[in-house]
Amino acid sequence: MKKLFGTKNMKKTTKDSFITYAMVILVFLIVQIMVGTGSMSSLLQGLLVPLCIYSIAAIGLNLCVGYLGELSLGHAGFMCVGAFSSAFFTKYMMDTGMNEILRFIIALIIGTLTAAFFGFLIGIPVLRLRGDYLAIVTLAFGEIIKNVMNVLYIVKDKDGLHFSMSDAASLNMAEEGTFLINGPKGIIGTPHQSTFTIGVILILVSLFVVYNLVNSRSGRAIMAIRDNRIAAESVGIPITKFKLMAFTLSAAIAGMGGVLYAHNLSTLTALPANFGYNMSIMLLVFVVLGGMGSFRGSIIAAVLLTMLPEVLRGLSDYRMLIYAVVLIAMMLFNWAPKAIEWRQRHSLKDMFTKKTKGVQ
Amino acid sequence: MKKAVSMLLIAAMVVSGLTACGSSSKKADDKFYIGGIGPTTGGAAIYGTAVKNAAQIAVDEINEAGGIDGHQIEYKFEDDQHDPEKSVNAYNTLKDWGMQILMGTVTSGPCVAVVDKTGQDNMFQVTPSASSTDVIVNGNVFQICFTDPNQGTASAQYIGDNKLASKVAVIYNSSDVYSSGITDKFLEEAKGQDFEVVATEAFTEDSKTDFSTQLKKAQDAGAEMVFLPIYYTEASVILKQADTMGYAPKFFGCDGLDGILDVENFDTSLAEGVMLLTPFAADAEDEATQDFVKKYKDAYGDTPNQFAADAYDAIYTIKAAIEEAGATPDMNVSDLCDALKEAMPNISIQGLTGGEEGLNWEATGEVIKQPKAVIIEKGAYVGM
Repeated sequence: MKKLFGTKNMKKTTKDSFITYAMVILVFLIVQIMVGTGSMSSLLQGLLVPLCIYSIAAIGLNLCVGYLGELSLGHAGFMCVGAFSSAFFTKYMMDTGMNEILRFIIALIIGTLTAAFFGFLIGIPVLRLRGDYLAIVTLAFGEIIKNVMNVLYIVKDKDGLHFSMSDAASLNMAEEGTFLINGPKGIIGTPHQSTFTIGVILILVSLFVVYNLVNSRSGRAIMAIRDNRIAAESVGIPITKFKLMAFTLSAAIAGMGGVLYAHNLSTLTALPANFGYNMSIMLLVFVVLGGMGSFRGSIIAAVLLTMLPEVLRGLSDYRMLIYAVVLIAMMLFNWAPKAIEWRQRHSLKDMFTKKTKGVQ
Repeated sequence: MKKAVSMLLIAAMVVSGLTACGSSSKKADDKFYIGGIGPTTGGAAIYGTAVKNAAQIAVDEINEAGGIDGHQIEYKFEDDQHDPEKSVNAYNTLKDWGMQILMGTVTSGPCVAVVDKTGQDNMFQVTPSASSTDVIVNGNVFQICFTDPNQGTASAQYIGDNKLASKVAVIYNSSDVYSSGITDKFLEEAKGQDFEVVATEAFTEDSKTDFSTQLKKAQDAGAEMVFLPIYYTEASVILKQADTMGYAPKFFGCDGLDGILDVENFDTSLAEGVMLLTPFAADAEDEATQDFVKKYKDAYGDTPNQFAADAYDAIYTIKAAIEEAGATPDMNVSDLCDALKEAMPNISIQGLTGGEEGLNWEATGEVIKQPKAVIIEKGAYVGM
């Protein structure tokens, strides 16, 4: 009986997920100790939450790209939806004296659900199509959302809420009204509630959800669709249902990242830099670099590539150049056939287990 | 474990990164550490670079002349790529370096995020060019430039008072905080003025290459003047396209138009007669401006714009505030901030952007100075 709990009898997939959980928790503990003893710089302390944000978004995208096999170029758009809807709620409830933790939890749920809703809406027509349509539509979606947020004005005064899509002057706001969303200025004054602990908890939650999904019956159906659509259809798998399920979940997780983003900075604006297609492609880079289908890889790539330009600040003007070079080098190291071959020959695990393994 | 090697590399990198940053910098006690933040890469790089360079000139001047009350200044500038998140990272980097006073950030959006952090840390901050009113909320931030609303109101008043036109069209960037902030106040003030706004046309960050639709609408509405509360890169395109379609209204802009004469491949004759509200003209006759422009040109091979002038004034403002408060470098960040906050409303400096009455401050952080308008004549800014 004892052996049941040993790693040898564990299923490969279960072991894989446990290694990932352990990695996240270990990093969390190390960071907590470093913060506690004061040996961590302000820069890194400030980076902790963004690292969680991008890890979560990358996990979400990996579900879509790695398991569903559909290319999405609009995950920054889902982040944007999650960020704005949750920040809107927080800002709306701010002067009602609601419990802060409860408010944040509700904001988190609202942001996640709104992103899921939009993912669902887009998925309905698009996932029925074959080919690269999803990439095109999601790309457009991300851009539309960003631009809509830039012209949206919502104020709150004693008469309730006023909406406008043209300018602030047409709102007929009462004297003491406050702006909830102020066009290009976005949402200003969101309380700083995202902490590293919350970020890590959310990473673990999203990991738990995606690992359980991909290792379940539904997950196997999703992968079957990815690998051979016709074969999957012929054995009676409802293609659209499973595609929608994975895509909605993927959007929801990205939205969760957006909620963290919104509550990390006191200003939330939809700029090309944070919610444009550049960010969507950045997320895709995390996924591809970390290995499609590997959630652990996504997290590592997200952490590394977010940290790199900041850690390289010492090199001033050359840092963006070095960042690009490192990106290319990492891509080659991870994916070039020769590099893979070299890695297999020099693998650390082989070094330790050479005697027992024999010739490979 | 295929990824074992890559994991090891990552671990090594992370650890080296942590330790490199973990060792806090050795600080000299007799120096003021002033940090700067702004975009030196990306789309807004031109503003950040101008601020970085001009502040360096001011710091060098002060250090050569013996420092502030005998204390030298250490100055360091970090890039934020005009992104709030990167801006906070830059701020944290500077904190690790030992920054005591922040001269930044250059652009409004990121500044709002950083202001939140300086408010928490109670660090004294002077921003050369972040003109949004959301920047001055905590009382520890002081502006060198006008706030956006002030610029909008001042522009409308200027047009009305000087009877420059009776029908005005506005073309603005609705996705930009600066531009839409000015436009809102301009439209509000215009209602009470002696001219009519016949068209309000917007464009966004994604559609800033073709303005023929907006110009056509302005032309059809019979606008004699087009108000451009935007930055000069887009304005240069508008001028070019207006010329192509044979539409020649008067153009009026705010400080963002400053620099239009230096746009590459831009026929400066198109800018003839363009009026703008700006605190600084590089060919002003006074000695301070000439001296500054010469130094800037010698060092960086470029004519300084208004952002540069604001940054130069920002450093001298910090100097004046420190002298007024009698602050010393061994004070901690928070005490220094409280002392300088007290001193700010009592100081007055001439500066490059002060005009006749110089720069003064409200306790809230807002600057008090005279708006100045210039007109472009024969390829040069001439005071109006």
